[in-house]
Amino acid sequence: MSPPTSPILSVQPTRGLVDEKLKVVVESLPPGSPVTLHSLHHSEDEDYWEAFGHYVSDFRGMVSVSEDLSFGGTYTGKEDMGLLWSMRPVPGSRKGLRLRKMNVCSPMLHNISVYSGHVSEGFREQTPLTSVLVERWYMAPGVKRIDIMEKGVRGTLFIPPGPGPFPGLLDMWGGGGGLIEYRSALLASHGYVSLAMDYFNSQELESADLEFKYFETAFNIIKEHPQVIPDRVGMFGLSLGSLVTMHVAAESTIVKPRCCICVSGSHFYPNTFFCIAENNHHVWRDMWIHLLDDPSKKVDVGKINCPILLVNGKDDQNVPADECAEDIALLMNAAGNGHLLSRVLYPDTGHLIEPPYSPHFRASNFKAAGVATKTVMLLWGGQTKPHSDAQEDAWRKILSFLQHNLYSSTPPRAKL
Amino acid sequence: MDRKQCIVKLFVQPSRGLVDENFIILVQKDLPGYQLTVHALHKCEDGHSWEAFGHYISNAIGTVNVSEDPSLGGTYSGVEQMGLLWSLRPVPGSKPGLRLRKMNVQIPMEVTISVYQGHQTEGFMDQVPLASVVVERWYMAPGVSRIPITEDGLTATLFLPPGPGPFPGLLDLWGGGGQLVEYRASLLASHGIASLALDYLTPKITMETRKMVDLQYFEKAYKILEQHPQVHGSSIGMLGLSLGTSITLKMAAYSEVMKLRCAVCISGSHVQPVDGSMEDILKHFNKNADRTRVSEENEFIWRDLLLPVPSDLAFKVDMGRLKCPLLVVVGEDDQNWPASESAMDMKEMMEQAGNSHLLTVLSYPNAGHLIEPPYTPHARASLFRSMATREKMMALWGGETAAHSLAQEDAWRKLLVFLRENLYSGTNPGTPSLSHL
Repeated sequence: MSPPTSPILSVQPTRGLVDEKLKVVVESLPPGSPVTLHSLHHSEDEDYWEAFGHYVSDFRGMVSVSEDLSFGGTYTGKEDMGLLWSMRPVPGSRKGLRLRKMNVCSPMLHNISVYSGHVSEGFREQTPLTSVLVERWYMAPGVKRIDIMEKGVRGTLFIPPGPGPFPGLLDMWGGGGGLIEYRSALLASHGYVSLAMDYFNSQELESADLEFKYFETAFNIIKEHPQVIPDRVGMFGLSLGSLVTMHVAAESTIVKPRCCICVSGSHFYPNTFFCIAENNHHVWRDMWIHLLDDPSKKVDVGKINCPILLVNGKDDQNVPADECAEDIALLMNAAGNGHLLSRVLYPDTGHLIEPPYSPHFRASNFKAAGVATKTVMLLWGGQTKPHSDAQEDAWRKILSFLQHNLYSSTPPRAKL
Repeated sequence: MDRKQCIVKLFVQPSRGLVDENFIILVQKDLPGYQLTVHALHKCEDGHSWEAFGHYISNAIGTVNVSEDPSLGGTYSGVEQMGLLWSLRPVPGSKPGLRLRKMNVQIPMEVTISVYQGHQTEGFMDQVPLASVVVERWYMAPGVSRIPITEDGLTATLFLPPGPGPFPGLLDLWGGGGQLVEYRASLLASHGIASLALDYLTPKITMETRKMVDLQYFEKAYKILEQHPQVHGSSIGMLGLSLGTSITLKMAAYSEVMKLRCAVCISGSHVQPVDGSMEDILKHFNKNADRTRVSEENEFIWRDLLLPVPSDLAFKVDMGRLKCPLLVVVGEDDQNWPASESAMDMKEMMEQAGNSHLLTVLSYPNAGHLIEPPYTPHARASLFRSMATREKMMALWGGETAAHSLAQEDAWRKLLVFLRENLYSGTNPGTPSLSHL
């Protein structure tokens, strides 16, 4: 019997952070032969997610995902990370799923496999030629995770390894509520003490006053931590978290963030959450537009006096991010602090601008706060490929903005 | 200087890697021309602390890149991307004769990489570094299965790569120190080869019966691999280091049961009583125990016990009988076995027999006996309990650290190519023939 003719698949790194690039190479294939590269993930919610690309080996019998074109599958073209960002629930899955890692102390596991020929379905019923297992971590080794239940603030603090002291970040998600840790864990893996805050319990929307004092207290918990540099604490918000960030930056007399990042946010104070349905998907975007004309309903951004980065998607179906960013720029220029503002606006990109290589979902299930406890399908927007490009680019810009404003020893400058 | 303004950023990628993967270390400090020390600290399973360090100066934009900038001093110098690992040595005050070996491969080695101000050479533990990160180094890739093997009286561990298989197989043998040493087999499985680490000097059966194993023990191990549903039965190789080489050559040349596809022999010899059992082999080495030399530092040199290489064919494996490709790796400064002399004699025998096209010899100047997977710290000498004498003595292995570390890196790369070429079918067009290495 002749030796095995199985191809050799190598993926590096086998254990990486979620924002690190993968190098996927297949060797010892017959030359010029069609193969499918497939990735499979079994989520914490027990759903299966997959992505795949159709390739043809070159005449050395090799496929290199970072150099060769995918001719079809869940992504096409030269896409070194397509096997991750183009993942979608396998056929037959429940609808409206969103992939989010809740336990950051363990990695996401991906099975990367090579199948013979150009396969588009029925992967589970076939045996691949070869496969490897890859770990993707939100937490670098040595990062400490600490539960915070202090002065009424509930959250999780992530501290980078090393003596410090480090710059700090208050990290806030949006109106879905709950305690989402993964972005903070990742930020700590990049050298920032980061507090993921649980501040919005969708059951309690009635008091739509997001208690101002709560955020100031949380900010101070970070600022006063022995491993944090007190005047290098910033704020990072997505969606409703952006609103909180702008509000605190503008109005607080106690707390002075060193810089702010607002992703997919609006500067309107919400009063109601009524929706306009489109194909049964709730679209919230258009209800905000009419508020643009009423200054009392907006954060007084003219009072912000630290560098602020706005990251938005042009196809955001949840908030009118584009219009808001324009309005914020107008207001800040008028107030004379426009030099502090930087903005990036990504075409065909939706609301959920997450850390890179996270799968994109144009809509997903959302517990609509205030509309009893009904779960609706909420439209976020964006087209998968441009949205994924945006996530990658935005993360790079966010990290460089943070590095520049929180790590650099020269006084912070506004423009990127 | 105001502490706040001295923020140093330290970046190591990958933060979790296999032990044979390179890493990139970047230090960013906004001051050019700044002196700093990059330091590595590892606490091994025995509780001992190991350290390495290099002295650097930041460039015009305040950065140090360990893979591009030279270390100006420390435990290594020059441009050495992996110097912080291969130059690890026991911290001052440690007991002498230590050797770093990972016994539990299911958890990683943790190495703390730190940056200190200035060019320091000692007292690292008494200072607070400017920054530090933790890096994991794994002998096992995700998805590799570890399967203890106890059937047929064997004491072994099988490591299977992830995936459907079938995979090529490999028998992995260490040397005269005995024990079940798994790290090389788990690393090879991480490269796609189903590998069986075999304890043949101190297996359960020997510990209970006080009798050494016979040659059928190895054949049983081979059969376990051959019959495994996820192993390709006709694609099995054997790898031995030191005494493991003696077994490998014996099996490759004489076993009727083992059909080896290829063999790798590291730091060993073909000199042994050809018809001998395990006991006979060990007795043969002890016959010339009076040829043991002792260095100035009281380290035992055993290379002369098998010299000169005999011309009597009863005392060396008949290399002409070999039918599979053979890779021989030797360190020219091996003070424990006469590996170089043996390699030369093996080559001559094979040239005379007409099968020397099967042989590749990799000979490394200034490398010692313990040619391990890359970045393993070099031990020029260490405490060794020989199975023959049962005493613990300081054995001189040889080798000069930088040259030995380079040899480990090069030998491993070539070993992987050799195994892949011979255990998988179909050479890729354009790949140079290994006999010209």
